[in-house]
Amino acid sequence: MSDDRPNGAAGAGGSREVAVVAFAQSDHVRRADGLSEAEMLLPVVREVLDRTGLDTERLGFVCSGSSDYLAGRPFSFTMALDAVGAWPPVSESHVEMDGAWALYEAWVKLLTGEADTALVYSWGKSSGGDLPEVLTRTLDPYYLAPLWPDSVAVAGLQTRALLDAGITDERELAGVAARSRNAAAANPRAQLRSSPPPEELLADDYLAEPLRRHDLPPVTDGAAAVVLAAGDTARELCARPAWIRGMDHRIEAHSPGVRDLTDSPSTRLAAERAGLFDEGAPAPDTAELHAPFTAQEVILRRALRLGEDTVVNPSGGALAANPVMAAGLIRIGEAADRVLRGTSRRAVAHATSGPWLQHNLVAVVEADEAASAPGTDGGADAAQAREESR
Amino acid sequence: MTTGASATGALSAPLVVEFPFTRSLGPVQSAFLTGLRERTVLGVTAADGRTLVPPVEYDPVTAQELRTLVEVEPTGTVTTWTWNPAPRRGQPLARPFAWVLVRLDGADSALLHALDAPGGPASVRTGMRVRIRWAAERHGAITDIACFEPLDAGPADEDPPTAQPRPHDGEFADPVTGITAPARLDYTYTPGRAQSRFLAALRDRRTLGERCPACRKVYVPPRGACPTCGVATDEQVELGPAGTVTTFCVVNIKAKGLDIEVPYVYGHIALDGAGLALHGRIAGIPYDEVRMGLRVEPVWTEDSRYPDHYRPTGEPDADYESYKELL
Ligand SMILES: [Zn+2]
Repeated sequence: MSDDRPNGAAGAGGSREVAVVAFAQSDHVRRADGLSEAEMLLPVVREVLDRTGLDTERLGFVCSGSSDYLAGRPFSFTMALDAVGAWPPVSESHVEMDGAWALYEAWVKLLTGEADTALVYSWGKSSGGDLPEVLTRTLDPYYLAPLWPDSVAVAGLQTRALLDAGITDERELAGVAARSRNAAAANPRAQLRSSPPPEELLADDYLAEPLRRHDLPPVTDGAAAVVLAAGDTARELCARPAWIRGMDHRIEAHSPGVRDLTDSPSTRLAAERAGLFDEGAPAPDTAELHAPFTAQEVILRRALRLGEDTVVNPSGGALAANPVMAAGLIRIGEAADRVLRGTSRRAVAHATSGPWLQHNLVAVVEADEAASAPGTDGGADAAQAREESR
Repeated sequence: MTTGASATGALSAPLVVEFPFTRSLGPVQSAFLTGLRERTVLGVTAADGRTLVPPVEYDPVTAQELRTLVEVEPTGTVTTWTWNPAPRRGQPLARPFAWVLVRLDGADSALLHALDAPGGPASVRTGMRVRIRWAAERHGAITDIACFEPLDAGPADEDPPTAQPRPHDGEFADPVTGITAPARLDYTYTPGRAQSRFLAALRDRRTLGERCPACRKVYVPPRGACPTCGVATDEQVELGPAGTVTTFCVVNIKAKGLDIEVPYVYGHIALDGAGLALHGRIAGIPYDEVRMGLRVEPVWTEDSRYPDHYRPTGEPDADYESYKELL
């Protein structure tokens, strides 16, 4: 681990190392038929606790992410605690954000030494409302929200800007959609697990020019959970901890009109602070990018300087399953899971929040030095995964 | 949309959330929105000299307070756009339109709004010249701009004007200091499988609890999980119908719209077999004779989906030992 990053503070610059030791997610579906949030979440939380052998008494910290606007009920997250088993009383926190930011809070808690283990979970049950309309409420309440521009409008403006700038074309965007959903064939939890070839996708009419149906994520109900652990505890709880080498999040201006919608400087800065571009560090073999709309993947690839050596979204990404408020946490979980399973040595995960990629979080996860020593098959698997995802 | 049950028997019902959000304005926002009411478009000069429209209170780069106002033109250039074939409730136009970012002449940043384009998406392009169409009635809100409309300027398209922003003191008579933004979202509420089973049983005047497989506690109303153990409760247990008053209070204040004479008694009632108490009104006994340990049973009224109140069964009072864990 390098400690000579700018300021060093954003990376795990202290003496503590923190790792993802377990990840689980629900089946992602259009409508989790008749399940309450707690009922949807419970099997996922159970899965990570059972896999690590932890119970709530041994958890140092519990942190969740969700949005009351999806459920349409204030304090809806308190009910989800039923799924945790909060007795004896747990040290608990909640962010009204994607679970990736709950994971960030838990990571900081572990870095400070206040806890050795943490359960992080999040869920999004979008089927209760009209998601594109609900998302208008995340916008500037003075100049934007009174016009009710929905998430499709927001994405269309950004996609057009990218097309106009000549940074991408409709063929490449259809390729992103097809590659993502075909990759999800290997992800039994995903919602959309196959795609017609790009040429066929491009024959479709526009849904909202310049967007076609394939440029949009599905509307999804789903949940995810991660267990974090520090140092030796992490080594006790799993064979190949996915060490978080650095994590950072950065935010851009509120007003879309002052931003360059074709770029993501906040992602680039967060990645730099997370150590992604450290001198001498190898390119990540895997990237899990939170890009619900096809054009956003193009922006993020450029911001993160990803090249041919990196498999992007082998899980299918948010284009294959998009449980809002969990889709970012799932990116970290999927990246870490590949390290846990020995198919990745160095992965980058990204989560986004707000309109036009306004707020971005980047985490770098790595296998132990030992796991990347010659003779292990991690590299071969990664190469194979790369091949399959093409 | 009506209340209904799915194939799994889970219930659902419409839920509407509606608020008129009232927000106060900073001095820059106040000048901008008051200006719109007066058909004047104001921007603010940023720390780097750019003219920002719509204007903001704080610099997007340095975060310093911005106060230097300027006036820009009601005409501008589309910097990006997307088609909206099916407008939603609350959006600026009822017929298909383009969402646009427009850089007004004299401004260096763009404003998001709608473009009325009767010619359809084929008539819209980045770089096209547009002008503000003012709303007939204006109150000091972003919706005082009804939308943009194409500016028939011919070759001016290729030759955007070089308008300079003009100084403006931001002073108007009767400035707006706040906005009221109504917001409505429509949901379908689903209480989940366990609560659906509970509600379905109530229809038959039965009270169903669910038992935790780990600690054996019976929850009522059940929510599908034992909040202590964090495991699913899936064994249904029929409770009561009688129960024991574990604690109670005498209500002396008449609630608005409630057709019950005060004083009345509201209590916690542990139904026989339940691991925790539910609450309900206790009647059929003088209010000052209600006591802990009193044995009660539910009283249902015609068509009701839950007990109207509980009344004494006439049994001897329960021993304190039998319900002390349920207090
Ligand atoms: Zn229990």
